[in-house]
Amino acid sequence: MTDLFAARSQMAISLAFHIVFAAVGIAMPVLMVIAEWRWRRTGDEVYLDLAKRWARGSAILFAVGAMSGTVLSFELGLLWPEFMRYAGPLIGMPFSLEGFAFFTEAIFLGIYLYGWKRISPARHMLAGVAVAVSGVVSGIFVVMANSWMNTPAGFRLVDGVPVDIDPFVAMLNPGSFSQTLHMSIAAYAATGIAVAGIHAFMLRRDPANVFHRHAMSIALFVAVPAMIVQPVSGDLSARFVAQWQPVKLASLEGQFQTQQGAPLRIGGIPDMDSRQTRYAVEIPRGLSFLAFHDPNATVKGLNSVNRTDWPHVPTVHIAFQIMVGLGIYMALLGVWVTVAALRTRSGIFTDRRLLGAIAVAAPMGFAAIEAGWTVTEVGRQPWIIQGVMRTADAVTPMPALVIPFAVFSLLYLMLGVVVTVLLYRHIVKSPI
Amino acid sequence: MTSLFTLANICAAAVLVSLTAYVVLAGADFGGGVWDFLASGERKREQRELIAHAIGPVWEANHVWLVLVVVLLFTCFPPAFALLSTELNVPLGLMLIGIVLRGCAFAFRAYDVKPSATEHAAGRIFAGASVITPLILGICVGAIASGSIGKVSANAGTYARFFAPWIAPFPIACGIFALTLFTFLAAVYLTVDAGATPVREDFRTRALLAAVAVFVAAFGALGLAYYFAPDLHKSLMTSMWTLPQQLATGAAAVVAIAALWLRHYIIARVAAATQATLILWGWAMAQYPAIIPGRYTIDQASAPRATLVFSVWALVAGSAVLFPSLWYLFRLFKTRNSSPG
Ligand code: HDD
Ligand code: HEM
Ligand code: HEM
Repeated sequence: MTDLFAARSQMAISLAFHIVFAAVGIAMPVLMVIAEWRWRRTGDEVYLDLAKRWARGSAILFAVGAMSGTVLSFELGLLWPEFMRYAGPLIGMPFSLEGFAFFTEAIFLGIYLYGWKRISPARHMLAGVAVAVSGVVSGIFVVMANSWMNTPAGFRLVDGVPVDIDPFVAMLNPGSFSQTLHMSIAAYAATGIAVAGIHAFMLRRDPANVFHRHAMSIALFVAVPAMIVQPVSGDLSARFVAQWQPVKLASLEGQFQTQQGAPLRIGGIPDMDSRQTRYAVEIPRGLSFLAFHDPNATVKGLNSVNRTDWPHVPTVHIAFQIMVGLGIYMALLGVWVTVAALRTRSGIFTDRRLLGAIAVAAPMGFAAIEAGWTVTEVGRQPWIIQGVMRTADAVTPMPALVIPFAVFSLLYLMLGVVVTVLLYRHIVKSPI
Repeated sequence: MTSLFTLANICAAAVLVSLTAYVVLAGADFGGGVWDFLASGERKREQRELIAHAIGPVWEANHVWLVLVVVLLFTCFPPAFALLSTELNVPLGLMLIGIVLRGCAFAFRAYDVKPSATEHAAGRIFAGASVITPLILGICVGAIASGSIGKVSANAGTYARFFAPWIAPFPIACGIFALTLFTFLAAVYLTVDAGATPVREDFRTRALLAAVAVFVAAFGALGLAYYFAPDLHKSLMTSMWTLPQQLATGAAAVVAIAALWLRHYIIARVAAATQATLILWGWAMAQYPAIIPGRYTIDQASAPRATLVFSVWALVAGSAVLFPSLWYLFRLFKTRNSSPG
């Protein structure tokens, strides 16, 4: 394993781990606040119990999220010092603001978790709202920093040195809107459907259980709208990628030749040596239409740049297919739930096929998030800053990077196992 | 001499303030872990419960100060951040492992539905990581202060470049000093958190013992500085601010000990925190205007002006949200009548 590859793998593992907890940190407070609010509105103690159990379970996830996030902020320097030397002044802005968002989140989380008996119910709920808001705000800031890596802005290059730095323009770089939108929606969809899926599974065994009914309704209330709009937001992201990162678009679609009226390829395996994508189902002119909303538009192929500027095309293409596949399933499921709920309010609790479809979807949102980030990050390679700095030039001179990679992977593996066991205990202890 | 109040200096001061807050607040949370490790006597269980209770609501917020240090450093002083994270790669990596294990183990223990099963293992990890992390944090600070960062050429061997700067007597003495200081802070704060319970006496004794340890470690480090960090030692001993700084630190230490002795716990808490603050500021003043002594001054390492301007505004806006929220948090959980519940 080369040092560069070890560094990239360590970054990828750390982010893939953190993003799960980050998404939970964005969406779970919303679920808790809704449960608490329902309790106050209806006086139904089951809602209060639900809010408290969710809070207790999420507290573990919050802590792991905060710790893994801290690892990341150090890792930016431990693995990519040259990148940070270059980019720090430009993307430090969203990171500093994010720092303050973390503060509000952690402060009000402490108040929320430990303050049930200390403050009035109204204040307690407000503390929950503060956690929810600062969660999504921190997500937005950090994704802005990431989208700067995809569409760097806010500076001029003179002899390889950035001058005329404008951190504000850098923060609001061209990619930031579509990316933050897509990620925020993803967090609600993924967390919501995961929670709904767990309770749907329990309801299949015990359909009359009020606790699980309440829990699933709230989770679906958050997840369903997000799941339905996500493909629309994804379309916006794709069109944005087509415009700003044509090589990434070509790899996620497996498009080797520059082509007018390019087809949309579903599935298939891109072969970087023979420069074609085999076994794909092709929809004529589909790609041109989706990427540019014009069936005759020209789509740039990978061949338009040197092979040294290609990412690993099969990884990007397959990850993209996975995300879109899962996204379509989830969107259809969202429509199904909506229709069923509109027909009879309690219909969703007794329809075993629907419950099954929801339960199966539990891991899908998180799988789509991981796949989506693989598309974004691997698709940007070999650049760490698109068109400006190569990943290979950013890595630390420290040797034997495989050691920290192994150590941190082991650490995450261990934490992952413990968290799973603890959450499992929380779930099986739910009221019957 | 140029003005003290340049943009770069303001940003550097913000880094120092955040680091101070981390030491004074989160440092005590780590110290709590050390006391968990050292819990003994007939009230072992109560001691541990008090520690968990005192840390629970605040440790995540206290921890964010470290994130702020990192973020401000890479935004405002990118070359310094790049250099530090390169040469201190190994200890920083180890410190991170300690931070992660401490935080996760604490949360696992606190929020498990069946605590008996995890208590033992998680408790051990929580305590062990609480000892190691401050040690390494102190080592990193010591390595910076001794001026050994950025001295070794890029072609030097792995050991010379990535280990020698911090595996040295002075940084290690600083590590021990940090550990004793955090332990002292924790014991003092715990006397307040304990309220009028018998555990309070336990921590009073422990705080007094820790004060002795701080004293010994401080003089040990200072003595080693004479040989291994001569520049630092010289400016610590002979600058014009030396005398007032040392008198003030000494006075804070005396007040803390006297207040403990006389059982004025709140005063002891304030004095101990002041003492820790003055120690850190003494270090900062000793190396001013350097940010990494021997390599970068604050000005040399600072980001372009536009970034600094923005950072100052972000600090102002952020503080406007941060301080009221923090005040609310601490008022809820850290005032005297906030009995456990
Ligand atoms: C619940 C999760 C989820 C779902 C259902 C989808 N996505 Fe997604 N997608 C993400 C979660 C995600 C993500 C993990 O959040 C990414 C990674 C970076 C980002 O901003 O969002 C992402 C990135 C991403 C990108 C790359 C953006 C870039 O590199 O800047 C594109 C083109 C799409 N998505 C398109 C889609 C389409 C057309 C979908 C249709 C169904 C879709 N996504 C569903
Ligand atoms: C928003 C914040 C993020 C930032 C600032 C960020 C930054 C980085 C950096 C600096 C690298 C190393 C250099 C490179 O390979 O280009 C990297 C690589 C990577 N990141 Fe991200 N990332 C972010 C989010 C994510 C997330 C959430 C994932 C989740 C899976 C992810 C997955 C990856 C992968 C797979 C790589 C390795 C790519 C490769 O080397 O082929 N990233 N990221
Ligand atoms: C390089 C990339 C990243 C860095 C350096 C980073 C850094 C951090 C840090 C330091 C924390 C801990 C805050 C605390 O102590 O409370 C954290 C938590 C969090 N991060 Fe990240 N993060 C990164 C990627 C992401 C991404 C891609 C997202 C998602 C959109 C995200 C969203 C969050 C959220 C919502 C939290 C709070 C989580 C919780 O409390 O569970 N972060 N991150």
